Amino acid sequence: MDLGSILQYLISGLTVGSTYGLTALGFTIIFNATRVINFAQGEFVMMGGMLAVFFMASLEVGLFPAIFLAVACTTLTGVLMERLAIRPVQGANVINIIIITIGVSIFIRGVVMIFLGKDTFVLPPFFGTEAIEFLGAAVIPQSIWILLITMFVLAGLRFFFNNTIFGKAMLACSFEQKAAHLVGISVDRMVMISFAISALVGSIGGVILTPVTLTSYDVGILLGLKGFAACILGGLGNPFGAAAGGLIIGVLESFGAGFISSAFKDAFAFIILLVILFVKPSGIFGRAEIERV
Amino acid sequence: MKKILAGLIVALLCFSAGQAFAGESIRIGAVVSVTGAASFLGEPERNTLIMLEDQINASGGILGKKLEIIIYDDETEVNKAVLAADRLIRRDRVQAGIGGTTSGNTLAIMNNFARAGVPLVSMAAAERIVNPINPWIFKTPQSDRHAVTRILKHAREQGHERIAIITVSDGFGQAGREVLRELVPEMGFTLVADEIFGPRDTDMTSQLTRIRNQSPDAVICWGTNPGPAVIARNRQQLRLDVPLYMSHGVASRRFIELAGSSAEGLLLPLGRLSVAEQIPEDHPQKELLTNYINDYESRFNAPVSSFGGYAWDALMLIKEAIEMGQSAEPRDIRDNLEKIQGFVGTGGIFNLSPQDHNGLDESSFVMAEIRDQDWIIVSE
Repeated sequence: MDLGSILQYLISGLTVGSTYGLTALGFTIIFNATRVINFAQGEFVMMGGMLAVFFMASLEVGLFPAIFLAVACTTLTGVLMERLAIRPVQGANVINIIIITIGVSIFIRGVVMIFLGKDTFVLPPFFGTEAIEFLGAAVIPQSIWILLITMFVLAGLRFFFNNTIFGKAMLACSFEQKAAHLVGISVDRMVMISFAISALVGSIGGVILTPVTLTSYDVGILLGLKGFAACILGGLGNPFGAAAGGLIIGVLESFGAGFISSAFKDAFAFIILLVILFVKPSGIFGRAEIERV
Repeated sequence: MKKILAGLIVALLCFSAGQAFAGESIRIGAVVSVTGAASFLGEPERNTLIMLEDQINASGGILGKKLEIIIYDDETEVNKAVLAADRLIRRDRVQAGIGGTTSGNTLAIMNNFARAGVPLVSMAAAERIVNPINPWIFKTPQSDRHAVTRILKHAREQGHERIAIITVSDGFGQAGREVLRELVPEMGFTLVADEIFGPRDTDMTSQLTRIRNQSPDAVICWGTNPGPAVIARNRQQLRLDVPLYMSHGVASRRFIELAGSSAEGLLLPLGRLSVAEQIPEDHPQKELLTNYINDYESRFNAPVSSFGGYAWDALMLIKEAIEMGQSAEPRDIRDNLEKIQGFVGTGGIFNLSPQDHNGLDESSFVMAEIRDQDWIIVSE
């Protein structure tokens, strides 16, 4: 096995893993605010890519305005989802809300299929198409953009949670909703913001990956599942653990396909997930939850 | 009132056809996936059947009788296909059947037709439809075997020896993989890599890196969109500069759009319908293909596809069999279908026999290369 191949597997793993990571990030942010797993998270990723394609074709705008519009629309969808589907059933059982999110994901998928069709679409790469040779591995510029933008989003979120009043308020909500409410934090608003941020992060993930991997109305299902696996791997409730979990799953998949067998590529993510659940249920970076009686 | 209206409409239709037909009409039933997952195949198939029904009746029908095609949409669902087949056989009492659109649906309805003693001509490609031979079942599309043979013959002409294959893990890809694994060694090549990718996979650089490490002379990819487009892009990215053969599963403009600049130089087997304007004037299929394309595109305002061609071939083979035997009895149609020789269709020149219910071979494909976002024939 030469260094070039190993590096190649690593790069393609990190590229795809970035999207898993951004999807996982969305799961975590909503989970922290509501204790709900939002199964429409993969659909946010799909919408980012599909809407960017749609805006580019229909409004005849350039790539970046189309991306901006797509991300804005998806973020709005996240807010509407919280307003129309989640808030009306406040106080319901967590399981019921999770089932509602599954319903929302099927609804979004159906609407996109009816209006934008079942075809596969592609976006042009952001800058540069020529692959760069690097120690025997080929890197497309888009891969570098994907990694850079993912890091940028992570850094932005870190700043948001640590240094802004809204971010701190959201953290407070995730630790103890009642106490947060008592000190004057509007929990409702925090939940809405968590959906907005998740949709924003998810759609950015979808937009940056589409030039490499193409998109269609049904790519959200598998991305959602893998993002969820990444979330569990990194430890539910830890946003940066989730992002790391995504990168790890992407890289393991790529190495698994390269060294073991490409026939089982999709199975690796879920095998890892099962092993982690047996060995360390709280995930790699998670802390075991202490049940207070 | 309703009855009178219906009667009036029927009468009007009869007069508007401008033909006086003798006796009973000839009824042919079709089970087509007009909607659902396979609608992009089923829609042109249905359009072609409707168009041909009008054309045949305008020119005097078959044996002086009116042709009536009864089309049921199975929505790409197996259960609905079986129900539709039953209805065609029992209630509509059709003399011959066309369908299904997909291999799965064909395999599900085959036995109903065979049991009832009604010949069925399928528009699906799977080899299992006609192998082993069922006396009542025929099919018009080429088999994977023909496409693989055509590719390997081209590879031999180019002097390639070491072949790598990469196939999609769905029904189409795995059927192709079996044929590839059989024919690559049989035709004197060495199979150096056998990789698989998932139908929804978005990155195949791992598989292609493995292939590159085996230094093959050529790579054959077997799949339908979007996978092969990703493979073309990844190949360009990895600068894997050995020839890449695609299957006939990506013989669509959509593939070229998705693969963009990375489609340049890819090779694939194509039916002559896709490159009709490039085949020589003296080719036996030239006139037929040109007419079909013009008729279809002017009537439906949509580009023609090889799937519609499968329907054309199915119906016209049945018509040929009826005219050969001067009989529209199901058993006679079946017997005469097997005797058809040198029949020029959209998919190729059909030579059927009791041992061959498809009647095509690899010569029904040309090898084409993608240049400047278009197909150019490189080997007739």
